[in-house]
Amino acid sequence: MEKERSRKYWNPYFGGVMLGLVLLAANFIAGRGLGASGAIKSAVVAGVQTVAPAHTEKAAAYAEYAKGHGSSPLKSWLVFELLGVLVGAFISGAWAGRLKFKVEHSPKITGKRRLIFALLGGIFFGLGSQLGRGCTSGAALSGMAVLSLGGFITMIAIFGTAFALAYFFRKLWI
Amino acid sequence: MGPLSFYEIISENTNFLMAFIIGIGFGFVLENSGFSSSRKLAGMFYGYDTTVLKVFFTAAITAMLGMILFGLFGWLDLSVVFVNPTYLWSAIAGGIVMGAGFIMGGFCPGTSFCGAAIGKIDAMVFVGGLFIGVLIFMEGYPLFEKLYNAADLGAPFVYDSLGMSRGLFAFLLVVVALAAFVGAEWAEKKFPRDEY
Repeated sequence: MEKERSRKYWNPYFGGVMLGLVLLAANFIAGRGLGASGAIKSAVVAGVQTVAPAHTEKAAAYAEYAKGHGSSPLKSWLVFELLGVLVGAFISGAWAGRLKFKVEHSPKITGKRRLIFALLGGIFFGLGSQLGRGCTSGAALSGMAVLSLGGFITMIAIFGTAFALAYFFRKLWI
Repeated sequence: MGPLSFYEIISENTNFLMAFIIGIGFGFVLENSGFSSSRKLAGMFYGYDTTVLKVFFTAAITAMLGMILFGLFGWLDLSVVFVNPTYLWSAIAGGIVMGAGFIMGGFCPGTSFCGAAIGKIDAMVFVGGLFIGVLIFMEGYPLFEKLYNAADLGAPFVYDSLGMSRGLFAFLLVVVALAAFVGAEWAEKKFPRDEY
């Protein structure tokens, strides 16, 4: 039903070429790839600095972060990029008629169950992205584009694990 | 000659503006490829919708070939482009934890922001989870520190590690991608697809 109202998605191969060109542009302009989790880290560091400044001076992780970054954690390339992502996705959704508040879930599960697993999934992904020094965008996709060994390892670990666990979580999706 | 920011062809502030514009392109492409839908993303792991594989793999080889060509033409100095460092164990462990998050939550960080931007409440909750997950890492850092910094291999290239030339690896990767696309088309025909 929804498909009749909203425009169709791009052909995936065309979308892939476009995504590749965006990634190429990022490397050409800024000498780095795309990312998402890095911006979240900036926001978390900035938030904790504001709420508990004394704590961030003592705790090792914040001190190390401050050493590697400039004055304000929010004034970073990835933060501006991720703000752009929100705008770009909104434009695309508005253009295609897909703007709508809803909880998307399989008809076989409740919305509440979907939200619980969305939260859990987010927590796992957030934690994993820090261990892996980047997420699907920053470590896997951008890493593969520059032929980094780590990028390929992380990509295989992410998708391999998701495939391996798919059976156990099948009731959420099919 | 690129990278433009490194050779100071553009200023730092212009670079931030470009980050915003590149982000708009990134978000637009992800959303318009269907990545704002968790059911479409999760379909990858059940074979009923392999959009993720097609978009992701096509993007990776497009960017990779573009980088190689830009390097050969002298348009982009590849020696100063950021190459992700490889810490073997944390790359694997982080990937495993992320994979578990992917199959539970149906999003990855970038796509969850796209979903949130068009009003998906499950995506907003996933984003909330991301902040909690990052905070857990920052606060629990002493627990993760050893694993996080173990087996620092520097920033090796995958083709060096496999003992082949860059060109041969790139060629093989394109062949693997093409084979994966054939497999993906087959899987989509074989597994039933929900209309949603």
